[in-house]
Amino acid sequence: MAAALAAHGLEKRYGEVRALAGIDLEVSEGELFGLLGPNGAGKSTLVKIACGLVRPSAGDVMIAGVRAGSREARAALGYLAEMFRFPDWATADEVLALHQRLARSRGGAAERAVLLERVALTHARHRRVEAMSKGMQQRLGIAQALVGAPRILLLDEPTSALDPLGRRTVRDLLAELRQQGVTVLLNSHLLSEVELVCDRVAILRRGELVAGGRPSELGRGGGVEIETASGPRRFPSASREDTPVIVAELVASGERVYGVRRLTSTLEDVYLEAMQGERPT
Amino acid sequence: MIEDVITIASYALREGLRRRVFVVVLALSLAFGVLYTAGSIAAFHATRDFSGRAAPVDARALTGATLLGLAMFSTLFLGAVLAIFLCGSTVRGDAERGLLAPLVVRPLGRSAVLVGRFVAGAGVCSAYVLIVFGGAVLVTHQAGGWWPDQIVLPAGELVLAVVVICAIALLGSVYFAAIANGILVFMVFGVGLTAGLLGQIGSGLGNATLTTIAREIAYVVPFEALYEAGLRGLTADQTGLTGLVVKLGPFGGGQSAGAALGPWTFAYLLLVLAGAARGFARRDL
Repeated sequence: MAAALAAHGLEKRYGEVRALAGIDLEVSEGELFGLLGPNGAGKSTLVKIACGLVRPSAGDVMIAGVRAGSREARAALGYLAEMFRFPDWATADEVLALHQRLARSRGGAAERAVLLERVALTHARHRRVEAMSKGMQQRLGIAQALVGAPRILLLDEPTSALDPLGRRTVRDLLAELRQQGVTVLLNSHLLSEVELVCDRVAILRRGELVAGGRPSELGRGGGVEIETASGPRRFPSASREDTPVIVAELVASGERVYGVRRLTSTLEDVYLEAMQGERPT
Repeated sequence: MIEDVITIASYALREGLRRRVFVVVLALSLAFGVLYTAGSIAAFHATRDFSGRAAPVDARALTGATLLGLAMFSTLFLGAVLAIFLCGSTVRGDAERGLLAPLVVRPLGRSAVLVGRFVAGAGVCSAYVLIVFGGAVLVTHQAGGWWPDQIVLPAGELVLAVVVICAIALLGSVYFAAIANGILVFMVFGVGLTAGLLGQIGSGLGNATLTTIAREIAYVVPFEALYEAGLRGLTADQTGLTGLVVKLGPFGGGQSAGAALGPWTFAYLLLVLAGAARGFARRDL
C-alpha cells in the first residue's frame, strides 16, 4: 500500500536561500506525524509542496500514490494553512458551505453541523468571521480542513491561536481522527502537544531532517534520581535495571529512601539538542 | 470546471454585495447622475439659441454629443474603478491576505479561480456600464430632446472596454500586490487616454506621426480604441460644420477603429487571460 505522504529528495530554493535540502520522509496511512523545527526550518514549505501551493525545485512528494498538486492529490487532502483568513463577511456556515462545494462534498447541512460541533462552534454557526475571536477562526479553519472527510490532513500550526481549552479540543479531535484512520501531518512549535498526540515525529533544521522517530524512542535514559534524608542523589549512568540495586545499597548503608525517579530526556531536550548553535528567528 | 467557475463567481459576487462595494458604487453613480442631469438641463438651456446667433451649427447635437461624450468618459472611468476593485487583488492580494490558499488547495484548478473571478468582475462591470450609459442617454434626451446617432454599438464598445480593463487588472494581480496593481492599471488607463488626446491633436494638426502613434497605442490598450469607437458612434452621422465642431470638442476625438477592432479585442482578452493563467499556474503561494 502506498504511503499517505512520501517525499523523495525534496528540495526547494528561493534564489540563494535553500528552504529544503533533500528531504526523504514517509508518513504511513493512519499515522499522526509531527513535524518540528524552528522558524525557517522548512516545515511550512514542505506542507505547501504537499498541498500543491509551492512547486519543488527538485525531488517530489506523492500523496496517496499520486503526485502532490494534482487534482486527485488535492481531493484526498484537507489543509489548514499557518497564515489563513476566511472572508470576514461570511458566516461560519457559509464558509463551510463554500468549501463543501469546492470539495464536492454532498454532506450538506448535516456535515456542517457535525463539523462545527467537533470544533465547539455550534453556537457560532451564523456568526460572521469578522465577529469571531482568533481562536474561533482557527477552530473554523480546522473544521474547514475536515470538509469532505479527507483521508489526509495537513495542519500547519493548528493550535497557535488557541487557549488551553481550545488546544484540548483539538487534541481530542486528533485522537478521534486517528481512531478513524485519518493520516495527520502536524506542524507545531508546541513540543509537549506533539509529544502527547503524535505517533512519530521528525525534526527539521535549515531544510534538513536532523532527527526522527517515535517520541518515546527519541527520549534517552538520563539516570536515576533518589530522594533521601540527606537530599536528592543522582546516578546519571544508572539504567532502570540498576535502580533496585542502588536503592538496596543505600538502605544497607543506613540511608532513608523517600522516592525514586527515573530521569529521561523529553522531546524538548531532544529538540534543543538538535538545535544546538541555532539562533532564535 | 464550469461548476467551479460558477461557485467562484457567485462567491465573488456575494463578496462584492456583502462588502458594500455596490452601495458605494451606487452612491457615486447616483451623485454622478444628479450632477449630470442638472448639468444637462443647464447646458441645453444655455445653448438653445446658439444656432441662430453664433454660427450655422446644430446646437442641440453639439451640446448633446459633448454631454454624452462626457458621460461616456465618466462611465469608463467609474467602470475602471469598479474593475480594479473587483479583479485587482485576485491573486497576490488575496494570497497575501491568506484568502487564496484555502481555495486553491481544493480540487478546482487555479484557472477556475481566475475565470470565476473574471466572469464575476466582467459581468458586474458590464451591467454597471450599461445602466449608467443607458441612464445618461435617457437623461440627455429628456433634457434636450437629442438622441445619439448610434446607441447599441457605442454601449457594446464601452462594455468591452471595461471588460478589457478587468482582464488587465486580473493579469496584474498575478504579479503585483493589490495597491501596486491598482496604481499600475490606472497608469495603463492614463496611457490610453493620453494616446487618445495625442490622436486628437494629431488629427487637428494633420500630423500623421502623432495619429499613427495614437492608433498603435490604442491597439496595445484596446479599451482606448473601443472608447474612441464608441465616442465616434455617438455622432457617426454628423456632417458639415456641426460635425467639425464636435470633432474639435473635448470629447470629439473619437476614431472609427475599423472592422479589426472586434476580433482583436477578443484575441487580446484571450491572450491576457492565458497569460494570467500561465503566471498563476507557475506562482508559489
